[in-house]
Amino acid sequence: MSEKLSTIDLVNKNLARRYRREKRFRAYGIASIMFGLLCLVILFADIIGKGHSAFLQTYVRLNVELSAEALGISDINDPSQFVRANYDGVLRNALRERFPEVNKRREKRNLYGIISNGAGYQLRDLLEQNPQLINTRVDIWVLADDDYDTYYKSRSSDGSEAYTGRFSETQIGWIEALIADGVVEKRFNRTFFQAGDSREPEQAGIRGAMMGSLYTLIVTFVLSFPIGVAAAVYLEEYAHKNRFTDFIEVNINNLAAVPSIIFGLLGLAIFINFFSMPRSIPLVGGIVLTLMTLPTIIISSRAAIKAVPPSIREAALGIGASKMQVILHHVLPLAMPGMLTGAIIGMAQALGETAPLLLIGMVAFIVDVPGGITDPSTVLPVQIFLWSDSPERAFVERTSAAIMVLLGFLIVMNTLAVLLRRRLERRW
Amino acid sequence: MEATVGSANTIGKLNSEAPVSKATANYKEQAAGKTVGIPFVEHPKMSMRDVQVYYGDKQAIFDVGLDIGKNEVVAMIGPSGCGKSTFLRCLNRMNDTIDICRVEGSLKLEELDIYDPKLDVVPLRARVGMVFQKPNPFPKSIYDNVAYGPRIHGLVSRKSELDEIVETSLRRAGLWEEVKDRLLSPGTGLSGGQQQRLCIARTIAVSPEVILMDEPCSALDPIATAKIEELIAELSANFTIAIVTHSMQQAARVSDRTAYFHLGKLIEVNETEKVFTNPDHELTEAYITGRFG
Ligand SMILES: Nc1ncnc2c1ncn2[C@@H]1O[C@H](COP(=O)(O)OP(=O)(O)OP(=O)(O)O)[C@@H](O)[C@H]1O
Ligand SMILES: [Mg+2]
Repeated sequence: MSEKLSTIDLVNKNLARRYRREKRFRAYGIASIMFGLLCLVILFADIIGKGHSAFLQTYVRLNVELSAEALGISDINDPSQFVRANYDGVLRNALRERFPEVNKRREKRNLYGIISNGAGYQLRDLLEQNPQLINTRVDIWVLADDDYDTYYKSRSSDGSEAYTGRFSETQIGWIEALIADGVVEKRFNRTFFQAGDSREPEQAGIRGAMMGSLYTLIVTFVLSFPIGVAAAVYLEEYAHKNRFTDFIEVNINNLAAVPSIIFGLLGLAIFINFFSMPRSIPLVGGIVLTLMTLPTIIISSRAAIKAVPPSIREAALGIGASKMQVILHHVLPLAMPGMLTGAIIGMAQALGETAPLLLIGMVAFIVDVPGGITDPSTVLPVQIFLWSDSPERAFVERTSAAIMVLLGFLIVMNTLAVLLRRRLERRW
Repeated sequence: MEATVGSANTIGKLNSEAPVSKATANYKEQAAGKTVGIPFVEHPKMSMRDVQVYYGDKQAIFDVGLDIGKNEVVAMIGPSGCGKSTFLRCLNRMNDTIDICRVEGSLKLEELDIYDPKLDVVPLRARVGMVFQKPNPFPKSIYDNVAYGPRIHGLVSRKSELDEIVETSLRRAGLWEEVKDRLLSPGTGLSGGQQQRLCIARTIAVSPEVILMDEPCSALDPIATAKIEELIAELSANFTIAIVTHSMQQAARVSDRTAYFHLGKLIEVNETEKVFTNPDHELTEAYITGRFG
């Protein structure tokens, strides 16, 4: 037998090694993906674990005597009387009735603290819609105060291991007595999705920040997408290559790397100080974020335009399409999916951006849900920042819940983008 | 430049082996930069004189003069890189899209000066259409592909007229029977040969006077090629055609006159039959007999 192996033997000998390498190569990839997924799972588990309880809220059922006298309503046809009526008073009466043994002033004040100080508004809404309830006795579910809410949520079913915080024995006694009565209940937390921010955790909601983010993003998109695409089209299709365009290109790339807080300072100096635009409004926030997202959109749009096959341009030019027709009929439609991808990446960045918005005042405490781009508002990441900084324990779960809402926002946005892209991409 | 000298030497050697009397004379003519044969005709559709084309500092076309007669098919042949495409693309100013490309000389479509700086290329390209090497239908329906030209030029006002143009163009391109039931399906879903015929239909839909074709069959199989060649023969009844090809058989089959380019120079233009049987220039002869190229 000769020492020299034939070619095919050599190939076979090496084949095993090649397969092994190939497997290893694939394993690296899988390992990286697993690592990424693991991080994601940990993040989600942590956030959902902390935040899911914020979607439920503790309510207490009170038996309330709605006497016209106690309320101070003499004429049920006079709406102004409903506005001024003493709802807190009747609620307090109900609490005192339930715990007649409480008679010290301080104790009483604590007792009234079982229910949220927003409960009076709840009662008002009820009575305004059903004035016939006046002078009757009704059972109504009212919002519990956040401390009791936290206590009840952290309490295991047998009543042990609850988070008591600053509670005194008496307070624990009260809430346990109410629980024993069966008048404490967790319900879906509608307030969280319907209200703006509040100092009282049980009345605080994410809607204000959500709408703020929405308006800010709309402004950002409406400004940055057309401007970005137009700039990209000009640079790709019209500008001649020379020092000047090189200079522009370098600067666009630089702009993409500028820390976002600088854009905030710029926005503060130009829009608020120089143009005297109001603080804290989505319009200014959107303009500032536009400055920030423009480079991303320009760069990705240029890449998308470059990727349009030259044969298509030639075909159109060859039958006499003008430059603009080539761009509008052929280049832009084909580049649109890529440009949208860039825009979405930019939007996602903008959605998560906090620093520049702090500087233009979108960090203010704003209770009202904004109704337009010129109403003072805050945005989701800033709201998360604000809540995470609040001492009340009930804000911890709300912080996580707000993060979930932010992630949900992102997921919706990205899904929309993918769907839109798939529609447009339907390459024939 | 060196390459020119090199090939001239080759020719010299060839000549000493093959005692052909015309050789020396033509060699001199080539050195003088003159095109042999019949580059010019009476009443040309297009006439080009002293055309020089530069890519940056590099000159790609030297002193080319050529006429294309009305309803004539002129084939352009020559080794790769000799400037056929470059010259063809001058004829409807497609070279404008290349920033560094510069064209000098006189190029005329009938009385129209093609390189007049004030000229709008849009109507020019409507009169001088182009079919490219690789089939490049738009990613749109077959119908929209053909209708695109008439639409952008505003040739029709009613849908029925457009339908008619689409049908006649597809018929003339020999594609109608194959696609009439699926006009709304994508043009890119056709076979390569069908796509190329679609591109031809798209070009003739705007009724150009001249059609430029740059190796229209090089991406196609022999059967599709045969169809296109047949089509070119039919189209020549109505259109003036300039076609670049690498296939000498194709040039022989479809063209009236054949122009042979070599290193940016137009060496010889003659009746096609003459070029392929008894060329005037030994470079042409060397090329068609396959000695280089
Ligand atoms: N865009 C361009 N930029 C610079 N030089 C170019 C460009 N296009 C062509 N050239 C040069 O011009 C010369 C002629 O090219 P051209 O494409 O016209 O040749 P051709 O005869 O069509 O060749 P082929 O048969 O391979 O298509 C070549 O030397 C080529 O390198
Ligand atoms: Mg070519």
